[in-house]
Amino acid sequence: MSLSLLVEQLLNGVQFGLMLFLMAAGLTLVFGVMGLINLAHGSLYMIGAFVCAVVAGWLGSFWLGLVAGLAAAAAAGAIIEVVVIRRLYARDHLDQVLATFALILILSEGVRIIFGPFPLYLSVPDLLNGTVSLGIVDYSLYRLALIGVGLLTALGLWLLIARTRLGIRIRAGESDREMIAALGVNIRALYTVVFALGAALAGMAGALVGAIQSVQVGMGEPVLILAFVVIVIGGIGSIKGAMVGALLVGVIDTMGRFLLPRAFGLFLDPSQAMDVGAALASMLIYILMALVLILRPRGLFPANG
Amino acid sequence: MDERRRELTINAVLALGLLAAPLVALAVDEPFYVTLATRVTLLALAGVGLNLALGLGGMVSFGHAAYFGLGGYVAGILAHHAFNGTPVLLGLPGTDQMIVIWVVAMVLAGLLAAVIGALSLRTSGIFFIMITLAFAQMLYYFMLSWPAYGGEDGLPIFLRNGIPGLDTMRPWDMFVISYGVLLAALALFAMLRGARFGAALMAIRQNPDRAAAVGIAPFGVKLAAFAASGMITGLAGALMADLNGFVSPAMMAWQTSGELIVICILGGVGRLFGPVAGAAILVGFETVFGGLTQHWQLFLGLVLLLVVLFARGGLIGLIAGRQRHG
Repeated sequence: MSLSLLVEQLLNGVQFGLMLFLMAAGLTLVFGVMGLINLAHGSLYMIGAFVCAVVAGWLGSFWLGLVAGLAAAAAAGAIIEVVVIRRLYARDHLDQVLATFALILILSEGVRIIFGPFPLYLSVPDLLNGTVSLGIVDYSLYRLALIGVGLLTALGLWLLIARTRLGIRIRAGESDREMIAALGVNIRALYTVVFALGAALAGMAGALVGAIQSVQVGMGEPVLILAFVVIVIGGIGSIKGAMVGALLVGVIDTMGRFLLPRAFGLFLDPSQAMDVGAALASMLIYILMALVLILRPRGLFPANG
Repeated sequence: MDERRRELTINAVLALGLLAAPLVALAVDEPFYVTLATRVTLLALAGVGLNLALGLGGMVSFGHAAYFGLGGYVAGILAHHAFNGTPVLLGLPGTDQMIVIWVVAMVLAGLLAAVIGALSLRTSGIFFIMITLAFAQMLYYFMLSWPAYGGEDGLPIFLRNGIPGLDTMRPWDMFVISYGVLLAALALFAMLRGARFGAALMAIRQNPDRAAAVGIAPFGVKLAAFAASGMITGLAGALMADLNGFVSPAMMAWQTSGELIVICILGGVGRLFGPVAGAAILVGFETVFGGLTQHWQLFLGLVLLLVVLFARGGLIGLIAGRQRHG
């Protein structure tokens, strides 16, 4: 095991974590502001990826595809909020789970009807093809760019929430929704904007990850569940928690898959070590989540006290 | 009391209808529909398990696929070792006896539910939903990546496990076994609901603080209900694996957990026969619309959405009128 391989896996973990952050940020915002659990967040990720792949195929430009994917996810989010989600804010979590589960069924089949049953492929843009030398390791330029985009988006999100009028309203909505409605803020419009913002982030993540994975129906749900783990670890409603949780999950998952089979190889025969290591590695982040729950049931950075 | 009588009538219709369907199917020589009725019965059984936690206890578990799948793997793994003549663990042999498998499945599923419940019940609301989901995913990925029992490909059960005196390979016998187990589980559910335990559980669901004030410790009661709930769902999983002759990680996938919740809700949450109605609707929908279009899940999603938004009492609630459930 060489150092360069280790560094490469570490960077992969960070890249994976930052893409998880884009998903988790939307989920945690929507929960923090509206108190809603949205299972269909993964479907918005899928919509972003599909629209990006199709538009990139038509126009021959990944960048236009990315913009289209982001816009489509945001638009889909806004429509879904107005038509369905808006009726769920006052309901209990069970109704929210069921209604958004129904949305997954509808959106997955809808995408299958519109785009066909086969996976689509989205290639990495020419500009970001190839590798770049980082001293000890030659790393994929595209993945490095994903790290950059993830960090920039996190910074942008922080600026938006901490420094703008919209951010003030979002934070006010988190702490007391009746009060800001009484102060004349259009709370329904604010909710739609927050939901669409979360959807746009999910769509962006889907489009970006679509270039390194295949774009297919059902791609959103595994990511959604990981994003749940992220916000449970980080503390629901906290953007900072989502960032820390996402990086922890991304790095631990990636490094676990890389290191555990090798660690078991020290005292088991190779094929057995691969099996045990891989099986354990796939459980690692859930074990982490259980530990966080035992020590801090409300997550590492509880949002409201 | 009129609503109560109407619900009792619906229950009787559901119980007799579920029994009559395979009889009619046998009379017209369509054994496929006997197996379909068995499928409804076993999904209903899994739903009865979840209904205990979800309907009576108000614990929205989005991870009951874990117990369902665990039960399935108990049946698969014990049968696998009995078939090969190899020991399971520490020299213990496998078995092809359903009754033994049921006991093992219920014990293990109960233990798993107790552990997951003990951790998850430290939280509530949205956290609880996500955490139960995440633990089920953990098991799912474990079975997916652990190749000893088939991993991703699943594990076939070559010979359906047996019960002395019955021929489980015959669809009708398999149905009768499943139906008997379902009735027993429904009786247990009704008994628990009527007992002090059920009253305590419902009191905690409605107002945990008040329940605690009158001397009911919420945690213990909820944990016991959660473990019992896992046991019943695990038993359903063991039977379902035998019915399908196959167990795979898909039994543990999050979609299965979602389907189990759907079964409870479509029928009417907290109602005794809610899961029976829900399972019948779900399988009926799949069979009818699945035959018409490959996009039947779109319609399932639409119906489910409409039920959640506009008909919150489920099917039984729609017919019997909305009562406070429980």
